[in-house]
Amino acid sequence: MTETVISAKDVTRTFMISAGAFRGKKPLHAVNGVSLDVERGEVLALVGESGCGKTTFAKMLLGLLPPTEGTIEFGGTPVAGVERLKLAKMVQPIFQDPYSSLNPRKSIGSIITLPLKVQGDPNPETWRRRAEEMMELVGLPSRLFENFPNQLSGGQRQRVAIARALINRPEVVICDEPTSALDVSVQSQILNLLQDLRKELNLTYIVISHNLAVVEHIATRVAVMYLGRIVEQKDTESLFASPEHPYTKALLESVLTPDPSLDVPDTHLGAAYPNPVDPPSGCTFHPRCARIMDHCSAIAPKTIQSGSGFVQCHLYDENEGRGRAAS
Amino acid sequence: MGERILEVENLTVDIPVGGGMLHAVQGISFHVDKGETLCIVGESGCGKSLTSLAVMDLLPKKAIRGADKLSLSGEDMRGLSERRMSDIRGNTMGMIFQEPMTSLNPAYTIGNQMEEALKRHRKVSTQEARDRAIYLLEKVGITAAASRLNQYPHQLSGGLRQRVMIAMTLMCGPNLIIADEPTTALDVTIQAQILLLLAELQREFEMGLILITHDLGVVARIADRVAVMYAGQIVEQGTADEVFNRPTHPYTQGLLDCIPIPGKTDRGKPLGSIPGIVPSLVGPFHACHFAERCTYAMPDCTKGDIDMRPALEGGHEYRCLLDPETCQKNAERKGVA
Ligand SMILES: Nc1ncnc2c1ncn2[C@@H]1O[C@H](COP(=O)(O)OP(=O)(O)OP(=O)(O)O)[C@@H](O)[C@H]1O
Ligand SMILES: Nc1ncnc2c1ncn2[C@@H]1O[C@H](COP(=O)(O)OP(=O)(O)O)[C@@H](O)[C@H]1O
Ligand code: SF4
Ligand code: SF4
Ligand SMILES: [Mg+2]
Ligand SMILES: [Mg+2]
Repeated sequence: MTETVISAKDVTRTFMISAGAFRGKKPLHAVNGVSLDVERGEVLALVGESGCGKTTFAKMLLGLLPPTEGTIEFGGTPVAGVERLKLAKMVQPIFQDPYSSLNPRKSIGSIITLPLKVQGDPNPETWRRRAEEMMELVGLPSRLFENFPNQLSGGQRQRVAIARALINRPEVVICDEPTSALDVSVQSQILNLLQDLRKELNLTYIVISHNLAVVEHIATRVAVMYLGRIVEQKDTESLFASPEHPYTKALLESVLTPDPSLDVPDTHLGAAYPNPVDPPSGCTFHPRCARIMDHCSAIAPKTIQSGSGFVQCHLYDENEGRGRAAS
Repeated sequence: MGERILEVENLTVDIPVGGGMLHAVQGISFHVDKGETLCIVGESGCGKSLTSLAVMDLLPKKAIRGADKLSLSGEDMRGLSERRMSDIRGNTMGMIFQEPMTSLNPAYTIGNQMEEALKRHRKVSTQEARDRAIYLLEKVGITAAASRLNQYPHQLSGGLRQRVMIAMTLMCGPNLIIADEPTTALDVTIQAQILLLLAELQREFEMGLILITHDLGVVARIADRVAVMYAGQIVEQGTADEVFNRPTHPYTQGLLDCIPIPGKTDRGKPLGSIPGIVPSLVGPFHACHFAERCTYAMPDCTKGDIDMRPALEGGHEYRCLLDPETCQKNAERKGVA
């Protein structure tokens, strides 16, 4: 039985960007018509190159940024109608940089209990105990309660950020690059912790990461974003076993497994990430695509169901692909 | 392998800090031959960047460098004048940093900076310098190279800037390139492209390449030889095959156990981890640097300095009291060998 916790329908977020002196402003579609359902208990990963819209999408799910178009529902209720505070109780973020995301002038204890204060929790006498319980759960010694962020290691700071996110027992946690600023030996500790907490607290995760090896390890489903769109979405196993979109293939080929018998891969991926203010016509991936066909630069591909998910590419579209199906 | 380009013996870097002396680099030795890639790998703060800055004589002012040997193509670089060093840098020895914007000047065009890089060291006309710039920009995969010459660094994406940086480093045809985390700030897709480019150029121009990184995947794919650093020391050194297929030092084994490997690590199962944090490098320290975090630590591990010793084969060596056979068994038990 799956239960949809968050449902995004045709969500677009447009920023007006100055196009240079005297040239006025141009629209930048940071997220462009994304539809996505998040099921309870899953670990959904969003992957894609820098600037493809992952964080913008996450901010909309958190209610921190209203969509320009489309709707986001949380448990069947449009997010637009939910009070900010109520939403914060249900969805919480953990951001990338454990160095800048914690207020350096606040003690660890007050950082972790702040969400209780903000929510106007009626039992202040229990805050310290609850914070210490949460600290124990995330592997922080409670003696650090009175310490300040600069006295903690990177891994410990990320644990503080996790404790702060979980203190109000949210249903969904959005982790934006939760380990990319950490050393590998610390990264594995945090990944293990996130996995344990998910089971223990019955959490749903949305994980944004550049590290596809990490994604393969922790995600149950993966959505690949390119220039504001989801171009392929599958369960993790099928995506890694048989990627369909040429961009997904190039992304997976770029993963450098520590195998000295292999060379640096040639992904045959064109170099330049396009300017999002001036996106390419048709399939926006066409200038970098190794399998481009004549009509790719003219016609935007539709969403085509495939296995447990979908792909947006003419290679898999019998009509617009003019009969040239995937070989 | 061919001729020896760089030879470093017993390099130390000490930095006076509030509480005493920080021994950031504690006697490391390595060498690079013509056409060879040496990767120095380790976690943040282990001394990788200071090692490369020490070789180039670009350390922060208060830092103190020591070395028993520091020679580039046979020339002793210890005690050279700043003038001679700056002639060596950018001429026989090129550098590529993590953030190309720190080495590209935002106020000058790409063309200006590339031409200057050559004219500083060679008597050539502007036209000749320009032609070489275009040739190299094309070599590093930049299309419409001539038109890029008039662009400013900020007009390029991160990946393009790193390509320009590489092209600029090649202007004088250096024998050795030192690249400190050259792809860390880039997307994985662009990272793969830049590494491929570096590997191809290095082969074509037969340069020595020192690539500094914290990414074991990068190391495995590009290195001929690998030096693993931990807390200011090299703890294991060998060919890429030796270090990745027969990791011997407990720290190297621990690192390899921490990273998820698609198709190998059980999905969703706990990853290996190294408990604890790196030790402080301030003050005298006569013990195995890894002892506090090592699951195999014994009383003798903290009774004095630990020396490098030969592993099972070849020039493969490591710094640990455990004998190589025991280390090999540990690696097999961990599933990292
Ligand atoms: N507040 C804003 N104003 C203008 N443009 C923005 C704003 N926020 C994001 N953008 C633009 O929207 C696009 C998507 O940005 P976003 O931060 O969502 O990318 P991302 O996928 O999270 O990238 P990264 O991997 O680098 O974090 C980018 O082109 C970015 O420059
Ligand atoms: N300018 C400096 N002043 C004081 N300490 C420094 C300075 N630069 C580096 N260090 C210290 O020296 C050690 C090694 O640093 P570094 O070589 O930059 O590490 P890496 O490049 O491996 O991350 C670290 O403990 C770091 O904090
Ligand atoms: S639609 Fe065409 S250009 Fe786009 S990814 Fe598919 S084959 Fe490539
Ligand atoms: S010397 Fe001792 S503490 Fe150090 S790595 Fe070897 S076994 Fe571990
Ligand atoms: Mg982001
Ligand atoms: Mg460094």
